[in-house]
Amino acid sequence: MVFKHAQSRGLRRRTFLRGGVGFASAIALAKLTGCQPAATGETAGDGTGNASGEPVKLGLIAAITGASALSGESIKRGLEVAIDEINANGGVMGDRPIELVIRDDESTPAKGVAAARELIEREQVAAIFGGLDSPVSLAMLPVIHELETPYMGVWAAATGITRNDFEPNYAFRVSANDNIVDSFLTRYAQQEKGASKVGLVLINNPWGESNQKGFEEWAPKYGLEIVGIEKFNDGDTDISSQLSRLQSGGAEALLLVANAAPGAQMMKSLDRLSWDVPVISHWGISGGRFPELAGEETAKKVTFVQTYSFFGEQSPVGEKVLAALQEKYGLSGPEEILAPVGTANAYDAMNLMALALDTAESLEGPTLREAFYNLPTYEGLIKTYEQPFTPDNHDALDEDDYILVQWDGDQIVPLDA
Amino acid sequence: MWPQLILSGMAIGSMYGLVALGFQITYAVSNTMNFSQGAVVMVGAVVCYCLNITWGVNAVIAVPLTLILCAIFGLLIERWVVRPFARNGSQSWLLSTIALGIITENIAMLTFGKEVRGYPSVLAETPVSILNFGVYPLELVIPVVGLASAIALRLLFTRTLWGKAFRAASENPDTARLLGVPVTWLIALSFSLSTMLAGLAGMLIAPIANVSATMGTLLGVKAFATAMIGGLSNPWGVMLAGVMYGIVESVAAGTLGGSYREIVGFLVVIAVLSVRPNGLFGRSQVKKV
Repeated sequence: MVFKHAQSRGLRRRTFLRGGVGFASAIALAKLTGCQPAATGETAGDGTGNASGEPVKLGLIAAITGASALSGESIKRGLEVAIDEINANGGVMGDRPIELVIRDDESTPAKGVAAARELIEREQVAAIFGGLDSPVSLAMLPVIHELETPYMGVWAAATGITRNDFEPNYAFRVSANDNIVDSFLTRYAQQEKGASKVGLVLINNPWGESNQKGFEEWAPKYGLEIVGIEKFNDGDTDISSQLSRLQSGGAEALLLVANAAPGAQMMKSLDRLSWDVPVISHWGISGGRFPELAGEETAKKVTFVQTYSFFGEQSPVGEKVLAALQEKYGLSGPEEILAPVGTANAYDAMNLMALALDTAESLEGPTLREAFYNLPTYEGLIKTYEQPFTPDNHDALDEDDYILVQWDGDQIVPLDA
Repeated sequence: MWPQLILSGMAIGSMYGLVALGFQITYAVSNTMNFSQGAVVMVGAVVCYCLNITWGVNAVIAVPLTLILCAIFGLLIERWVVRPFARNGSQSWLLSTIALGIITENIAMLTFGKEVRGYPSVLAETPVSILNFGVYPLELVIPVVGLASAIALRLLFTRTLWGKAFRAASENPDTARLLGVPVTWLIALSFSLSTMLAGLAGMLIAPIANVSATMGTLLGVKAFATAMIGGLSNPWGVMLAGVMYGIVESVAAGTLGGSYREIVGFLVVIAVLSVRPNGLFGRSQVKKV
């Protein structure tokens, strides 16, 4: 039977217009009351200090808006503090200041790829820094290799970013690498937690799979048996039955790979089972509001990996960077540094980039790429870098540079604190 | 393990049922549906979060206020997104309500943000232990609310004058109108009822599933599937279908693994509909006159 509506005349123009106007004002209102997304396409690095030559442009493609906006902001801060310092000391290649050109990838691979092309071809940047999202960085690889422009990763950890099939390889990284993280976490489970059987709890996506490969490779090497692999999705609210399978399989520790929201659901499911088992996690849970989602008491129970902590005793470089961050962004202390790992990695990555520019004395991609293999020793924030990059290894950080941390309230503090 | 799977399946399934009741009501009265129900679930959760958590409005006020706002939203949806298109029997309301859902979700991303936020609730803090497995008290409350809503709707439709009017409006709108039934109003009312149910579902699920701009997308689809299995003709059937669907999902995830939750769930939906096109509890389309 056909449904007939009240006024069976056609859509009146006036009604339609009125509706349209109302609708448009609703959107306008929503935009006004909401948080205005930051304007993108800004440039950073205001003080050019004592460098008076023509600026050297470098690009940053990261999540400036969206769910991972925190990560983009923290990377930007690390880069800017380093740039201020470099420019105050006369810039690079003689007297040229560094200028940062930022593009928002909104955590979307396609947008990252478009931004990479635009930055290299139109803005003529000499190199590109990447953001948090592995899928975006992986998608940008073909473009940066086609246009022969070095990429410097400061966060995204996927093994395949630096260990890719391109020859010559233009992707470098000052961040964790999944495969190395997996070795690090597995070793910790065995040596510190005394586990001989572990269960894997992985998010059901390519990142989870990348780490599954890593865990399966490293577990036998440390004499660990994987008693079960459970995968779960972003929206799952209760995975206690999957976890109880791992429990009956005899798991003595759980290795977790997931971002904050699903990671929190996994911890709550452990609560349901009242199963008190060590949880050792990749750093996905540090990219969101994990303590808020899991509850502060529950959040404390997870041990996870970072590359740096601004808490505890700092090296002279650490003190210098901390002071600069506090001054530039009005922070009261290390507890106000958002997503510290992005800031720390970015600071060292920018300094290594400046050294590479000095070594290359050129903005040509191939020359600059070669320069990364011949860097002078650099005393950085995370460590002292002695020949950080070789043709066989494009990851400046390795297992010895990782640290274990935990949540304390909503701060990330070293495990021994 | 089984009681755990069944209970958490019932809780999530009652949510599907609640939202599906919304589909059922508007369909029963006007033969149209609001395909942005999933987005309304999100609106309920987000608005309640902003009122109660961000601005500290007492829950006693925040919850009814959210329901009222959702009801108004329903009236607006019917007036501007369904009515202009449903005239002359056109099916364009299908697309316009889907579009509205997408627009609503994106406005939420702009205003509320894309971050997932936790909704603190005493009912979802400490699991209570039943037969050696843990459930949050809220998960026991949700099915009760779902059942109560289904009973209430059933009574409304069968035992009240309003219910008679609703049914008259759907059977034969022109005759009903001649007899003085305010058909236009009843249709608008059915939409506001359905968005209230969706908003209620959003508020109930927030402490368990967290609050985010995209929380309603999949829920809306599953609720529609539930409505189809339930057969769109009586609230009981819809609610029961929701609970069953939740249990099937939960058991699939718990026994086969998390990757199988959606696969098994939707395969069951397709299987049921191919055997019983009008749903498990639906009447055939032949109407007694």
